[in-house]
Amino acid sequence: MLSATYIALIPLLPIACFVFIAWVGKTWFPRYCGLLGTLSILTSFLLAATVAYRYFMFAGKLNGAYQAIAVLKFQWLQFSPGLAIDMGLLLDPISVMMLLIVTFISLMVHIYSLGYMKGEERYATYYSFLSLFTFSMLGLVLSTNIFQIYMFWELVGVSSFLLIGFYFDKPSAVAASKKAFIVTRFADLGFLIGILVLSYYSGTLDFQTLITKLTTHTPEHHQIVKASFLGFSALTWGLVLVFMGGAGKSAMFPLHIWLPDAMEGPTPVSALIHAATMVVAGVYLVARLFPVFSLSCPSALQVVAYTGIFSSFFAAIIACTQTDIKRVLAYSTMSQIGYMMFALGVSGYGGEHGLGFMASMFHLFTHAMFKALLFLGAGAVIHYVHSNDMKDMGGLRKLMPITHITFLVACLAIAGIPPFAGFFSKEEILQAAFQNNRLIYIVALITAAITAFYMFRLYFSIFWNKAFHAHGHNSHGEGGFAMMLPLILLGILSVIAGFVPFGTLISSDGLPLLTEFHISFSVLPVLLALTGITLAFAFYKKESAAPQKMANGMGAIYRASYKKFYVDEIYLFLTKKLVFNMVGRPAAWIDRNLVDGFMNLLAKITETISFAIRKLQSGKLQQYAIYFFTGVLAFALLFIYCWK
Amino acid sequence: MNNIGLTHLLGISVTLFFIGVYGFLTRRNMITMLMSVELILNSININFVAFNKFLYAHALDGLFFTLFIITIAAAEAAVAIAIIINLYRNYKSIDVEDADTMKF
Repeated sequence: MLSATYIALIPLLPIACFVFIAWVGKTWFPRYCGLLGTLSILTSFLLAATVAYRYFMFAGKLNGAYQAIAVLKFQWLQFSPGLAIDMGLLLDPISVMMLLIVTFISLMVHIYSLGYMKGEERYATYYSFLSLFTFSMLGLVLSTNIFQIYMFWELVGVSSFLLIGFYFDKPSAVAASKKAFIVTRFADLGFLIGILVLSYYSGTLDFQTLITKLTTHTPEHHQIVKASFLGFSALTWGLVLVFMGGAGKSAMFPLHIWLPDAMEGPTPVSALIHAATMVVAGVYLVARLFPVFSLSCPSALQVVAYTGIFSSFFAAIIACTQTDIKRVLAYSTMSQIGYMMFALGVSGYGGEHGLGFMASMFHLFTHAMFKALLFLGAGAVIHYVHSNDMKDMGGLRKLMPITHITFLVACLAIAGIPPFAGFFSKEEILQAAFQNNRLIYIVALITAAITAFYMFRLYFSIFWNKAFHAHGHNSHGEGGFAMMLPLILLGILSVIAGFVPFGTLISSDGLPLLTEFHISFSVLPVLLALTGITLAFAFYKKESAAPQKMANGMGAIYRASYKKFYVDEIYLFLTKKLVFNMVGRPAAWIDRNLVDGFMNLLAKITETISFAIRKLQSGKLQQYAIYFFTGVLAFALLFIYCWK
Repeated sequence: MNNIGLTHLLGISVTLFFIGVYGFLTRRNMITMLMSVELILNSININFVAFNKFLYAHALDGLFFTLFIITIAAAEAAVAIAIIINLYRNYKSIDVEDADTMKF
């Protein structure tokens, strides 16, 4: 029933589409490439839906627990007996769920872009890049092997780079794409070292074998836990380094700086890559290796938890002061991914303890829906206003009714107001945090309140506040059918996605996890969220001086938050001042003076000598003949008198 | 002084050789220089024939070399004269001192 032939088609269709558009479509029928891309992804989505249906309903269960099934696996590169890079397709609850999310969001973005990117000069190229990205992401989620995931991980990075830098005539876009690539590459260095550490100790690269070997207690396993480096066990180091790669892609605290700048790309791309799919790859990676984290190495899981909660809180504060609507959304993405991370971090393995894992995946699922919706809505607004800045917006609710309603739904969802999707998943996360770590729970609650505040600040600033003044040409309406359809579909999903019985489908050990719903528990978060909304209502419903006064009152804190806590400046200081001056310049000096100097010296010596004797070449034939005869004579004398 | 020995022949050969060298180094006319080269070649020929006659009378190697050198000399004269004609076309002279443009 789960035959590899049609499952393999899911990632293969987009890559075929990419190759076809890039080779043929771009030159011969650029206008129809969008339609072609959309059709191919639609087919992929339908196939993915079939797979999900069959997996969850019939094929996945064995004795009541969902199994990981490798439907296809072949050896690609063998290093030694037992250590090989395989290529294959792995189906388990989280990969099937990701398969569904990626194809669905990608389909929505493809449809939306038909309207949004219409008339763009590099329309066909745009669609080929989208296809490439979709392929890489699907390959990533279906990986059977930690090295396969690494390869697709890099491919995802490349396609993200290409799409951020899509408007390559804009210097800021070029800088942003470079930044994203370098920062995530730097993180991937950690990932690679982590892979090497893990595979060295477990002797395999295959996920399933790796997890079994690193979680069962054998003498070898004891060895790994005991072998230590700088006070931590080798396994901890390996997992933390792998997590570093995940943190880079998922924009966790010290490595988050690329995400806000990545908003230079076209808005649908931000919705697909930098909100719903690629940035959750880090969460997915941790979830994929979750048994190892949870059973063998709780200290690495602590790192995940604290990084997650700190990023979440940190990003929420910054989001309150930004004025570029896409940047606000970028920081909110970072904050929500922080939620998923710490949910994994506080989770245990199996049964009731696995609540955090399930909650994290649930939040990943609902977040993909409403965050994609927010970005697509923001795209429609930007399309209408021709500006990214909140100050240029306001009073759009009458002018863009559909966008207004769907945006409101998404804001309610992300703020965690029942019965919207975000409420359910956030609830589970908070419950998991409450059971395991009170500190994290309290910070998460505050973050939830701030989230509600800044999302509604965004909402009121765009759709209410002052009346809209059109700058110059504004003849076109809200956007065509192609742009409105995804908004409506995602809007509906943002309402109903929370009612999916998620615990029965996805849990840490495959067994159904029935979650209980406590009204008393959810009162506090909902009240806090409502407070945030009310505050935003008071400040931003009408144009007033109150926000400015408040900002002045906060003084240094406001400025620090507006400047994103100077993280970029710190990085610039570290790279430009320290690394460039301490390492770069001495290295350049050595290269210029010692290495080049030696070569120049050799050349100089040769030049001086040949300059001194240049007169020997006089052009006079008979002089040469004299030298020649003198030489012959000298040799003759040498042979006769000295050669004994 | 009744028999002509090896020493005599070598004497002639050496004399011819140095006359040739002297001519090659002192004459400015390229035809004369060519003739000097021929003298040098012939002195070598005499050397070969003499040694063949007096030391290895049963063998013919020396004679073969001589014949070979005569052939080469003929070819060389043809090439040299072609070069001289070309030089004459370019410089309107066959004085070797005039053809000194190939220098630093």
